[in-house]
Order: sequence, then C-alpha cells, then structure tokens
Amino acid sequence: MKNGDKKQAAAGHKPNMAVEIAGIRLKNPVMPASGTFGYGEEYAPYLDLERLGGIITKGLSLRPKGGNQTPRIAETISGMLNAIGLQNVGIDAFIEYKLPFLREVNTPVIVNFFGNTLDEYGEVAQRLSDLPEVAGVELNISCPNVKQGGIVFGTDPRAAAEVVSLVRSRLNKPLIVKLTPNVTDISVIARAVEEAGADAISCINTLTGMAVDIHSRRPRLANRTGGLSGPAIRPVAVRMVHQVVQAVSIPVIGVGGIVRPMDALEFLIVGARAVQVGTANFVDPQAMITIIDGIEKFLVDEGLADIHELIGSLQV
Amino acid sequence: MKNYQTIVLSNQEISPGYFRMRILAPGFGTQARPGQFIMFRVQRSLPPLLRRPFGIFRTGFLPPDCDGLPPKEYLEILYKVVGRGTGIMQELHEGDRIEVLGPLGRGFDLGRAGEEKILVGGGIGLVPLFMLAGELINNGNVRLLMGGRTRDDILAVTEFERLGVETYVSTDDGSLGEEGLVTQVLKRKLDKFPEAEVFACGPMPMIRAVYDICHERRTHLQVSLEALMACGVGACLGCVVKGAGHSEVQPRYLCTCKAGPVFSADLLDWESLGKEPGYCEGCRS
Repeated sequence: MKNGDKKQAAAGHKPNMAVEIAGIRLKNPVMPASGTFGYGEEYAPYLDLERLGGIITKGLSLRPKGGNQTPRIAETISGMLNAIGLQNVGIDAFIEYKLPFLREVNTPVIVNFFGNTLDEYGEVAQRLSDLPEVAGVELNISCPNVKQGGIVFGTDPRAAAEVVSLVRSRLNKPLIVKLTPNVTDISVIARAVEEAGADAISCINTLTGMAVDIHSRRPRLANRTGGLSGPAIRPVAVRMVHQVVQAVSIPVIGVGGIVRPMDALEFLIVGARAVQVGTANFVDPQAMITIIDGIEKFLVDEGLADIHELIGSLQV
Repeated sequence: MKNYQTIVLSNQEISPGYFRMRILAPGFGTQARPGQFIMFRVQRSLPPLLRRPFGIFRTGFLPPDCDGLPPKEYLEILYKVVGRGTGIMQELHEGDRIEVLGPLGRGFDLGRAGEEKILVGGGIGLVPLFMLAGELINNGNVRLLMGGRTRDDILAVTEFERLGVETYVSTDDGSLGEEGLVTQVLKRKLDKFPEAEVFACGPMPMIRAVYDICHERRTHLQVSLEALMACGVGACLGCVVKGAGHSEVQPRYLCTCKAGPVFSADLLDWESLGKEPGYCEGCRS
C-alpha cells in the first residue's frame, strides 16, 4: 500500500493500541515505571488510572523496608539521581492496605518485587501467586544477594538465571524480569533470564551515578551513589532495548527517560512491545496520558491501523 | 489538588535576591490552607527537570473586572533565588505560562483559641506564616519573631503588621531590629507568655534551636520543614524526614510532602533532626 492509501484505510477508525505482554492484555502500551507511581493511589487525584495500559507498583519485599538516609534525591542535567533504598510497606501490608484500592481500578496490576536472598524472592513469589487481582509480576534483580558476598543478581548471568528459575517455580503468573543496565553486555543477561523462564523483560533500570556538592565536597546523596533516571539516560536505554530485542524472543518493555510521545515511539520502533514512564510522572502527572494520546495520533498520522505495524519497524 | 496550567500576574523583586510572584489561581487559590505548598514547573522545556516546591504566602481575589464574571482567585509565593530553577523563575513576566500542582501537603493546626501565638520565621521561612497569622489573628494575640542575616532577609513585616500582628525583628549583623538571633527574642517572649504556642519555619539550625527552647519549656510547637522533592504527592519517597521513634532497626520515615510539610514537633525524631547533615538547604543545581 502506498502511504496515501494507508492513510485512507486508517481514516475514521481508531488504530488498535492494545498489546499483549506474557498473556497480560494491555489496552495500550503505556505503564508507570516501578517506584515512580507509589501504589497507584498517590496519583489517583491527578489522572484517570483506567486509561493506563497497566499499573506497576512500587517494589515490594517480604518485610517492610525503611529505606536510606537523606538526602535521597539530587537533580542533575536532564536527570535525577535517587537512592531511596527501596522503602516499601512489605508484601503483607501491601495486600491488606494497598491492593484493595487497585482491585477497583479497571486496568491490569503488575506487582514489582525484590529480595535480599533467594529465599525471600521465593517467598514473595509464592504469596503473589494466590492473588487473583494481580495480573503479573515484575521481578527486580538489581539487588545484592546478601548471602553471597553482595553480588548483584542481575549483573551475573548465572545468579540472574538462578533467581528467575526459583521465582518461576513458585509463581503461577506471568513473570516479567527487569534488567539493570549496569553490566558489560545486557544481551547475555537477557538470554540467561529468558532461558530460566522469564515471560518478558523490562529494561532498563537506573544507571548507577554520583554527584558531588562542590562547596561542602560531600556526595549529594547520603548513599553516595544512586540511580540515574530521566531524559539523560534515554539514548542508553534505547540502545539497550534494541540489543535485548535482538537477543531474545520474549516481549520486551522499554524503560528509560520517556517524557514525550516521540520518546515512547523510539522504543516501540526498536521493538519494545510496551513502555514504562518513570521520572516524567514527577514532572507532569499527566505525562502518561499525553504519551498515550500522542502515540495514537502518530499512528493515525502515519496511516497505521495497528500499533503492531510500528513495533519493531526499525529500518537499518 | 490538581495540576493547573495558569499564568503569572506579577513577579517583582521585593528585597535583594527575594521575589514575590502572583499567579492566577482559578478554582484552587482559596482552597489552600495555611502551611500548604505548590509544586511549580518553571518552564515547559527541560532542564530544570523537576518541579520546585514553594510555600503559599497568600491567596485572595482580584478586584472584579467590569465583565460581570465572578472575581478571579490569585495565589502568591515569595522565593529566594538560589539556583537554576529560581534563576529562571526570576525572569518570568506577566502573562507567562506556568504549571502548578497543588495545594499540597498538611498545613498548620490552628491550636487552642484564645492562647497566645508566637510565630518564628527565619528568612524565606516566613512564607507559610502569613496565611497562618491571618487565621490566628481572629482568635487572639499573634506575635511574629522574624530573623535574618541582614536587613535584606527581613521580608513582608509590614504586611503582618497590617493584619494586627505584633512584630519583632532581629538580624545577625544588627542592620535591622535587634542584633542577634531570633531565638533570643523567643526566649524572652516565652518567659513572658509561658502558655504560648509556637509555630516555626526557617533554616534547619533555627528550627533546631527553636525546638530545644520549646522542648525544655514544654511549649507546644509546630514546624514547617523544607525538603528536596521530586513528586510532591507521596509517591517517590525522596523527601522523607525521620519520625519520632526512628531507629536503625525500626526505620520510620515520613514524607515531608504528604505527612508534612508542617509537623507537630512531637512527631519528629529530634535525635537526628538538625544534628546530622542531609537537611535541605534549597536546590542549587
């Protein structure tokens, strides 16, 4: 079809925006990134949660976690560093106090979680399996294994595969594994988690960074280092999503510095089937809505009837 | 509390390095309670990336136009130029488009009617005390103790006086009012009015000193804290402060944006507050 014909074909019809990730049907490909959207209720006054493709919760652990000392955040050029320390209410309080709110929201709920040991990962996976209102889980493997010298699960293909296959064996829900970019070759880790049973991959988590106050000569974060997010990291994220898409056959969710619709489109074109929006939520609580509308408008303008015509359409 | 696209009505330097900005606040200005704040998006383009939190100084209605429409609400902030964000803000003019999220956070509790009220403001920390004074003055005597490094840091005192507030000014260099710290004045006032309730906002060393004085005398104290914030709505957990009973084993962090910015002093962990580094000195990036 010529471009003009395509435009005509799509005219008058809303393009299909729905995608499927590991058996979870999303009405559109846009979701909040874990840790930037609380447990959903925090942002309920500011946007219609039901317009989102899905909701990904703040990372949960077996027991409540207090988090790091302050300062926990620092702004950098087009980015922010954070070292929150995975503060969360713990899985039990989540189920009792936070999940009832999410249950009433008509969009899939994906629970992000992490552990400090393999046992903790397994235990949380088990508890999430019993919850019908949880559509799927996102596994954060960017944490150190405290029982094995603090090696970060997600930076070693064997450790990553080990935690993924353990969670897989304890979980009867779709399993998305979130990868850290702080590795030499992300495609090696991606293949390892795919083989270990991941149903989908989301990447990237934050890039480890550091900033110094030149007057006090102290690190600007109490934790010294933190995770860099925001537009500053987007080209790195697009590159890594591109690499991972080529390395695996499971769906990939693109994350990293998406602020505008065109940013999300870049990820979709390199092959991400969905995207997550993080830091942009802080800047503009309506950012995800603007991005959803912008993607749809782009499809119409380009004469595409289905978002799948765009996904992975990179011309090289 | 919503995100509003609105415009600047005026933006003027009121003292060297300090500005007063009035913005149109249709439907939200007069909702604000004393002590609440807004998250201000400096400009549509980036950087700066994050919004900046500002305490609300005053809200009200503009004089009605001759168009028969109801009078329009406005909201005022006072801010000190400290870094990139406020550096851009000082260049804004009437009619410039801005975005604000708010009103946010928990404001002041007005305390017991009839009791003496003492407000302690340090520099730009004066901001949230003005609306508070406006409400408290309906119920009894209100005194403002205003401190600053130099006369340039003493703001809006005459506006408090117009409300009927008794004001006492002190500066570190003696360039205006009494020479010395505002906390000296506080001690004298508490000697005279031992039943008074105290409300404080200012730099952390001042807050700490005010707490020590009030704690020793068992004076009821509310403090408004400043923090670096990313979201302003309790989602990012970036702006936390240690709550009473905090320990390494049982960490207890409270969001300044949601549990605060105003806290009754007994809710906070004074073992650490103002004694450890890590408190906010304003975003200079």
